[in-house]
Amino acid sequence: MSAALDVENMPSQPHAVTPPPGSNERRLQRRMLPLVSPSVVLLLIWSIVPLVMTLWFSFQRYNLLDPTVTGFAGIDNYDFLVTDPDFWTSLVNTLVLVGSVLAITVVGGTLLAVLYDQPFLGKGIARVLAISPFFVMPTVSALIWKNLMLHPIYGIAGILWHAAGLQPVDWFANYPMWSVIIIVSWEWLPFALLILLTAVQSLDHSQIEAARLDGANAIQQFFYITLPHLGRAISVVIMIETIFLLSIFAEIFVTTAGGPGNATTNLAFLIYSRALLQFDVGGASAGGVVAIILANIVAFFLVRAIGKRLDI
Amino acid sequence: MATLSLRGVRKSYQAGFETIKGIDLDIADREFVVFVGPSGCGKSTLLRMIAGLEDITAGDLLIDGQRVNDVDPSKRGLAMVFQTYALYPHMTVADNMGFALKLAGVSKTERDAKVREAARILQLESYLDRRPKALSGGQRQRVAIGRAIVRQPKVFLFDEPLSNLDAALRGQTRVELLRLHEELAATMIYVTHDQIEAMTMADKIVVLQGGIVEQVGSPMELYNHPANLFVAGFIGSPRMNFLPVTVASGDGAGNGVVALADGNQVAVQMGEALPAPGTPLTLGIRPERLYWDPNGPFAGEGHLVERLGGLTLLHLTLTGGEELVVQTDGNDPVQPHVLVRSAVSPDECHLFGADGQALRRPGHIAQPPARPLPGEAPVVATATA
Amino acid sequence: MRSSPLKTLLTTLLGWIVAFALFFPIFWMVLTSFKTELGAISTPPEVFFRPVITAYQEVQARSNYLHFALNSILISVGGTLVAMLLSIPAAYAMAFHPSHRTRSTLLWMLSTKMLPPVGVLVPIYLLFRTSHLLDSRIGLIGIYALMNLPIVVWMLFTFFREMPKDILEAGRMDGATTWNEVVHLLMPLTLPGMASTALLSLILCWNEAFWSLNLTSSSAAPLTTFIASFSSPEGLFFAKLSAASTLAVAPILVFGWISQRQLVRGLTFGAVK
Repeated sequence: MSAALDVENMPSQPHAVTPPPGSNERRLQRRMLPLVSPSVVLLLIWSIVPLVMTLWFSFQRYNLLDPTVTGFAGIDNYDFLVTDPDFWTSLVNTLVLVGSVLAITVVGGTLLAVLYDQPFLGKGIARVLAISPFFVMPTVSALIWKNLMLHPIYGIAGILWHAAGLQPVDWFANYPMWSVIIIVSWEWLPFALLILLTAVQSLDHSQIEAARLDGANAIQQFFYITLPHLGRAISVVIMIETIFLLSIFAEIFVTTAGGPGNATTNLAFLIYSRALLQFDVGGASAGGVVAIILANIVAFFLVRAIGKRLDI
Repeated sequence: MATLSLRGVRKSYQAGFETIKGIDLDIADREFVVFVGPSGCGKSTLLRMIAGLEDITAGDLLIDGQRVNDVDPSKRGLAMVFQTYALYPHMTVADNMGFALKLAGVSKTERDAKVREAARILQLESYLDRRPKALSGGQRQRVAIGRAIVRQPKVFLFDEPLSNLDAALRGQTRVELLRLHEELAATMIYVTHDQIEAMTMADKIVVLQGGIVEQVGSPMELYNHPANLFVAGFIGSPRMNFLPVTVASGDGAGNGVVALADGNQVAVQMGEALPAPGTPLTLGIRPERLYWDPNGPFAGEGHLVERLGGLTLLHLTLTGGEELVVQTDGNDPVQPHVLVRSAVSPDECHLFGADGQALRRPGHIAQPPARPLPGEAPVVATATA
Repeated sequence: MRSSPLKTLLTTLLGWIVAFALFFPIFWMVLTSFKTELGAISTPPEVFFRPVITAYQEVQARSNYLHFALNSILISVGGTLVAMLLSIPAAYAMAFHPSHRTRSTLLWMLSTKMLPPVGVLVPIYLLFRTSHLLDSRIGLIGIYALMNLPIVVWMLFTFFREMPKDILEAGRMDGATTWNEVVHLLMPLTLPGMASTALLSLILCWNEAFWSLNLTSSSAAPLTTFIASFSSPEGLFFAKLSAASTLAVAPILVFGWISQRQLVRGLTFGAVK
C-alpha cells in the first residue's frame, strides 16, 4: 500500500485552504478545535516547560546538597562543562556508540531484509524469531548479555572460549565499549530489519524481473534496484535510531555504570550522574542543553524527511 | 415538490483559482437532470456543493426557494448515491438502509417498514441480513440506492453511480433507474462522464467544461442544435466530423456554399445568414448523416473500416488531407483503399465560427421538455424523437 | 518466482541460522529460568536437564514479583489509555477535517518526540520531587502518555486517512453528528488500526527504562526497574534473574509478534509502510 503520496507530486489539497467564514467547512473546523487542543496544549506544556527550565538551570548555581550555592552563574556551568575532560570523553563515547551501532544495524539490517524477502521454508517463524530482541526491555537485554552471554566464567562466550582452549575474556572489563555496542546492536538490528523488510516488500517484483531480463545478476539487482528503492527507508531508520541511541541509558546503567573509569560514560549517563549522583543541577542542565542541541540537529533532518512524505 | 436553483454559484479552493466559475441553473420539480462533461470539468464538485459536502464560495443555492448554502447536508432533504456506493461495511443491508432513520430517532417498527418497502422496490428483500461484502456489484449499487430511497428525499443525487458496473449491468441499471424515477416521481440530479447515459436518461442535460456550463437542453436539442464546438463534439457517437472550410457564397437568408480544403463545394442551409465569402469556418457533420454519392463533395480514400455489426464506420482521408468518418449500414460492402465519394443534405450541416460558437440552424426554437415529467398527464401523440 | 532448489536450501539454512543466532539469548534466558541456581552456572552448560520452577517461586517469594508486574500493567495500560483518549479525537479532526494548520501541527507533534529525555531529566526530576510524584504511578502514567502521544496521534492519523472518506460523507448525508460518525462509523471500521496503535503504545510503555529508572524506586517501580536491581553483584543468581526476565519479557514479546506489521508504521511515523 502506498496511500501516503509525495507531497510535491500532489496538487495542493482542497481542504488546505481556509474556507469562507460562516460556511459548513469552517464551522466544522471550528468544531474540531476542542478535539485537537487537549493534545496540543499538553504537548506544548510537555515540550516547553522542561526545556525552558533546563535552559534556566544551566545558567544558575544550583546544587541540591548545598543550599548556599545560589544565584546567576553566567556561562560558568558551560565553562566548567567544556573544560571537564569527562565531558569530551562522554561526547566521544556517545558518537562512537551511535556510529558503531548505526553501521552494524543498517548494513546488517539491509542484508537481512533482502535475505528474509526470499522465499524459504518456515520464513514466517524465522522472521518472528529474528525480530524478537527488539521487544525485550533494555534492562533485561543488558542483564542477559552481561550475565548469561558475556560473563567471563559462566557466560556462553566464556564457555565457548574455554572450550576452544582460549583464555576467557572479561568483556565488560577489557572491552567495555564493545560490549555495550554489542548489546545495543542486538536490540536495534531487529528494528532495522523490520523496517527495511517492509520497505523491500513494497518493491514491485516486476522491476526485479525486468532487470533480470536486462541481464542484471543478483549483485547488480541489489545495487541498482533494491538499494535505491530502500534509500528513503534507510534514511528514516538512521534518523530514528540516532534519536534513540543518543539517549542510551538503561544498558549502561545496568552493565557498566559508565565504567570502568569513564570508558562507557555517554552524554546521557554523564548528565544522570551529575544530576542524581552529584546533585549538581546547574552542571547537569548545561549537559542537557548540549544533548538537546545534538538531538535537534538530527531531528531537523528527520522531520523534513517525514514531512515530505506527509500528504495533507 | 422540489425545485432547485443555482444563482451565480462559484467554487474556489484557492484564491484566484476557480473550479466552478459561476453557474446559473434551474431544475424543475420531478426533473431528471444530468451533469455531463469530461473528467475535471467540475461536475462532481457541483453535485457535492448541492449536497453540502463542499462549500459554496460565492452565489446562492436555493431548494424550494430557500437559500440553503449554510444548511447542514442532512437537513437539505437530499440523498446521495456515491460512485463507490460508500456502504457501511460493518452493517447489514437493512442497517445500511435504516441508518439515517435510526439517527433521526425513527421508531424501530417504522424503520423496518420503510426498509422493507425500499427493499421490495429494489428486489433486495432476500439480502437484508447480509453484509455489503457478501453482495455483487449490482446488488451493492441497489443497496446504495435503497439507502437514498428510505429517506424519502426531495432530491436524489447520483455521482457516477454506474461507473463501477460492467457494461451489461450498466445498461440494465440505467433502465431500472428510469423506472425508479417514474415510480418515485422525485427530482434527480445525475453526474456522469458518459454521454450515452446522459442522452438516454436525462430530461435535461447540463454540459459542463472547465467549470462553466457550455449548454443546457434536452438530449435531442443538444444533439441537433449544439451551441458550440465542444458540445457538438461531446454529444453523439461516433463523434461529429469537423472540417475546416471557407465561405464561398451565401444568399443572406441562410443558404450558401462552403469550400473544403481541396476546393470541393458543399451546399449548406442555416437559420441565419452566412458570413462574408472567404471567412474561415468549421463544418460539422455527424457520421450518420453522410451517405454515398458518386457526385458528392467529400472525396477520399478509406484507410480503415470498423464493422460493428449493426453499422459500419469508414475512416476516410479526403483529398484535401482532412479526416472524415462515414457511418453506413452494417452490411455495406465498402472496402478500404478505394476512392469513394459521399454527400450530406444541406440542412444536416453544422457551422461554427472562429470563436467556436455555432451558427443557428434552421428550425431551432427554445425547447419544451422532451417528454412528460412523471406524474404529469401524458401528452398524447407526441412523436418520439 | 521460481528459484533453484539449491538456492532455496541455502536461503533456508542462512535464514534459520540468523534467526537462531538473534533469538539465542532469549532462548537461553528461558532455558536458564527452568534450571536450579547450581545448574544455571554449571560448566559445561546443561542443555538437557529436568526443568524446575523453583526460580519462579523464589522470585515471587523473595522479591514480591507480582507487585512490580502489577505496576508495569497499571502504568502501561494507564499511559496507553490516556494517550488513546487524547489522540482519537485529535487524529479524527486532523484526518477528516484538516485545516491549513494541520500539517504543521502534526510535524510539530513529531518534533516534540525528538526531545531527548536526558535533556529534561533535571527539571522533570525536580518538578516531580516538589509535587511528590517521585515513585508514584500517576506520575509515570502522565510521562508515558505524553511520551507516546505523538506516535499514537500519528499512527491513528495514518489509519484514519486510509478510511474511505465517502463513507463518512454518506454518514453526514444520513444526518450523523460528529459523535455519531466517530462511534458508529469510525470506531468500528478502524478497530484493527486502533488495536495495533494501542499495542505499540503498550509495548513502548512496558519497555521504557529511562524515566522508570530515574523516577521510581520501589512502590511504583515497574518491571524495568525491578530487573535492573539484579545488576548488583549480590543479585548474581542466574536462574532467578532469568525467571524474572522471562516473565517480564514474555507478554510483550507476544504482543510484538502479533502486531509486527502495523508497528512499522507507528515506529516510522508512517514514512515506511
